Amino acid sequence: MSELTPEEVKHHIKTYVLVFIALAFLTIVTVGISYLDLGHVGGIILALIVASIKGTLVACYFMHLLDEKVTIYWTLIATVVAFLILIFVPLSAMLDHARI
Amino acid sequence: MSTDQYKQSFWTKYIWSTDHKIIGIQYGITSLVWLLFGFGLMMIMRYQLAYPDTPVPIVGALLGEGGLLPPEMYNSLGAMHGTIMIFLGVVPLAFGAFGNYFVPLQIGAIDMAFPKLNAASYWTYFAGSVIMATGFFVPGGAANSGWTSYPPLSEIATMGQTVWLIGMVMLITSSLLGSVNILVTVIQLRTDGLTWMRLPIFVWTQFITAFLLLLAFPPLEAAGVLQLMDRVVGTSFFMPSGLVVTGEVMTNAGGGSPLLWQHLFWFLAHPEVYVLILPAFGIVAEIIANNTRKPLAGYKALVYAMVFLAFMSFIVWAHHMYITGMGTSIGAFFQTTTMIISIPSVVILTALLLSLWGGSIRFNTPMLFALGFIPMFGIGGLTGLPLGLAAADIHLHDTYYVIGHFHYVVAPGTIFALFAGIYYWFPKITGKRTNELLGKLHFFFSLIFMNGVFMPMFIQGLAGVSRRLADGGQTYAHAADVIYLNEVMSYSAWLLGLAQIFFIINMVISLFGKKTGEKNPWDATTLEWTDTTSPPLGHGNFEIVPKVYRGPYEYSVPGEKQDFTPQSKKV
Amino acid sequence: MDIPYTVKNRPDTGLYNGKLGVWLFLASEVMLFGGLFSAYIFLRTGVDDWPAGTEYLDVPLATLNTLFLISSSVTMVMSWASLKLNDFKKYKLYTLITLLFAFGFLVIKYFEYSAKFAHNPPYLPSTNNFLGIYFTMTGLHVLHIIGGILVIGYFYGPGSKMWNSDPERFTNRIEIVGLYWHFVDLVWIFLFPVLYLL
Ligand code: HEM
Ligand SMILES: [Cu+2]
Repeated sequence: MSELTPEEVKHHIKTYVLVFIALAFLTIVTVGISYLDLGHVGGIILALIVASIKGTLVACYFMHLLDEKVTIYWTLIATVVAFLILIFVPLSAMLDHARI
Repeated sequence: MSTDQYKQSFWTKYIWSTDHKIIGIQYGITSLVWLLFGFGLMMIMRYQLAYPDTPVPIVGALLGEGGLLPPEMYNSLGAMHGTIMIFLGVVPLAFGAFGNYFVPLQIGAIDMAFPKLNAASYWTYFAGSVIMATGFFVPGGAANSGWTSYPPLSEIATMGQTVWLIGMVMLITSSLLGSVNILVTVIQLRTDGLTWMRLPIFVWTQFITAFLLLLAFPPLEAAGVLQLMDRVVGTSFFMPSGLVVTGEVMTNAGGGSPLLWQHLFWFLAHPEVYVLILPAFGIVAEIIANNTRKPLAGYKALVYAMVFLAFMSFIVWAHHMYITGMGTSIGAFFQTTTMIISIPSVVILTALLLSLWGGSIRFNTPMLFALGFIPMFGIGGLTGLPLGLAAADIHLHDTYYVIGHFHYVVAPGTIFALFAGIYYWFPKITGKRTNELLGKLHFFFSLIFMNGVFMPMFIQGLAGVSRRLADGGQTYAHAADVIYLNEVMSYSAWLLGLAQIFFIINMVISLFGKKTGEKNPWDATTLEWTDTTSPPLGHGNFEIVPKVYRGPYEYSVPGEKQDFTPQSKKV
Repeated sequence: MDIPYTVKNRPDTGLYNGKLGVWLFLASEVMLFGGLFSAYIFLRTGVDDWPAGTEYLDVPLATLNTLFLISSSVTMVMSWASLKLNDFKKYKLYTLITLLFAFGFLVIKYFEYSAKFAHNPPYLPSTNNFLGIYFTMTGLHVLHIIGGILVIGYFYGPGSKMWNSDPERFTNRIEIVGLYWHFVDLVWIFLFPVLYLL
């Protein structure tokens, strides 16, 4: 990102402030939701959706993922795939186990 | 050009060095020492197996009463043998030593991308390995729950297990630093013209290995932290409710799952077997291309097969867990993926075999070891297939058959490849030659005795003899017919140990020999031979940083004067 | 001879070494916390009753802590942007605020932990697996915060001299530290609902 002009940086700064406001707002939202009675599964799904939105905002804007290079994208794709395997395969093994 | 104008003391030059070549040598020496130590532990165990209830000669006094090896200590030696061979021996040698020394040279880089991190990675490994070894001196002895450290056994084990966990966390950290370094080096520091499809296979294997370490090791670090918590602060992550140990109900809160550990452990440990084998493929490929004097067959197929292998290695791990009462659909999934992952292995082996076809082969020591690797790895791989099918594995799991299987892949497999690499690159590192006669003796005796150690394991295992038995199956009726093999294996093991003396003598006398002054004794094509001196310059490796104009294995190109065309030769 | 691309981007990848290195490091961190999240899900699904976070934990304090970390993340990225605008004074100011928020996070965490220990009966990691995983995950996260404070503190103090000798390299370093710090924030963004709210 060494090629940024001062104008662009100033523009970035505006984005950062907006993202900050969004993050703070979503934090309040997710706490608020947790006090509603949405049932077990509904609550989990909603909270995870909100957290994912917040995470995406941080990654895309603060970590500048939106204008990153392909090498980084490939690395992260591999990581996400490995992460999903790590989360879901042991879980499915356990659920399959419980059925017999 | 001498870039080394400033004076360095012995300490900054050889101990706290940030030069990738020195660090590579540090890794190499340390890991060879550990390999020898792990081998020694195994010889003690083999004595006990061949002659139960007989005092162990030489080291008996260090063991138990009357020079006997007590069963608990047998377990310690077994667990430490496995851990040391894999995590302190083979991986640091294959990845730390060879990767460090030759990746920068083969890609025309003056060093690794992060030299200080590189030194930090070595010293973390060193400290971790020393901590691991201090386990022998704590009450109850070193870790004794197998290199797999399955709970709940490992949770109620003696203090050595805690030491083991701390050692592991450090070793994992070291591997992570090392793999980040290799990845950045390969991606960022390839010299001009060295495109991905012009990389020597060795560099590819190190690159893929680094990715495996980067993504597969951290979950074991997490699991290690969880097991430490269980052992030190009394959580119950891996402790089931109502566990009874020697008649007493455990007071833990319970609710944990031993299977969770198995998942996190094998999430690493299956990719780990490819960490053990991929660098071996790389070394063998280099040596075969060089000594057949013709290009490798199927370069691209090799690369794609290895990338695919690496990906698949993340979704086969539960084939180590078939007898845990796994459900049938998940079992079917893992059997399928395991059968699929054997395809790229076969592609790789076939490419190496085909490379021999029609070559005018030079049978020097490195080539012999590389040739030995192929059938040995073949046996290891093929015996893995029945293990990958639950119906057969239920019979074979935890028997000596499994031990035979994986030793064929790592001992006469990977370790042969590592020897091949040492003989092949010795002239590069030292500027001297090794003795061919001693090398050949080393090879032939090792080949015979390796098979003497591991082949009978298949027979015992098929007869149902379990692994991890301190008396080698003495008390089991079904083992009676095959128990005599214990002596065969033990004699082979000691003779295998003796055969290594050829290697040690060879290294020592060659080190004290004269420099040959040859730059490229094998007439090789890759940058480390063609564009540097032997040994390479202290800082900077190359007099002039080379550029690359062609693929890595242009041997016997029609119309060329020589039978090898360096990568850096202008078109 | 210097190692190439320590400061400038390599043309074909568009990256300098440190940036690629830190992303790879973060990839391994994803897998480290991934292992813990996987353990959490595995343990929770494996038992019949799992306590709600609110039974044990203090949501208002954690909400405040979330806001602290988010704020520190935005001031971190601002400090980098200030360097890009050649404004070293602002860099110092934003970094100081980042550090203050980070310390604030630790202080609150300290009160949270001590309240658990002081409770009667005490809430310890060994009490049950919910508390066990809570202490393990947040503990590891706190270690990451402490590591971050040390590094940011270094670049606030002695490390900032590099601005005079090699400003471009210094700016890169701050970018790298920032990436790490945002990642620590990101982990918390998931830890917070998973442990406290679900
Ligand atoms: C095509 C290839 C392969 C297949 C299908 C295969 C399959 C298996 C299976 C199913 C097991 C578990 C057996 C049991 O515990 O009951 C196993 C164990 C093992 N394999 Fe392989 N394998 C293959 C290649 C390799 C390679 C290349 C290596 C190492 C370089 C390796 C190292 C190991 C190790 C270390 C174990 C034993 C772990 C333990 O229980 O302590 N395998 N293999
Ligand atoms: Cu496996």
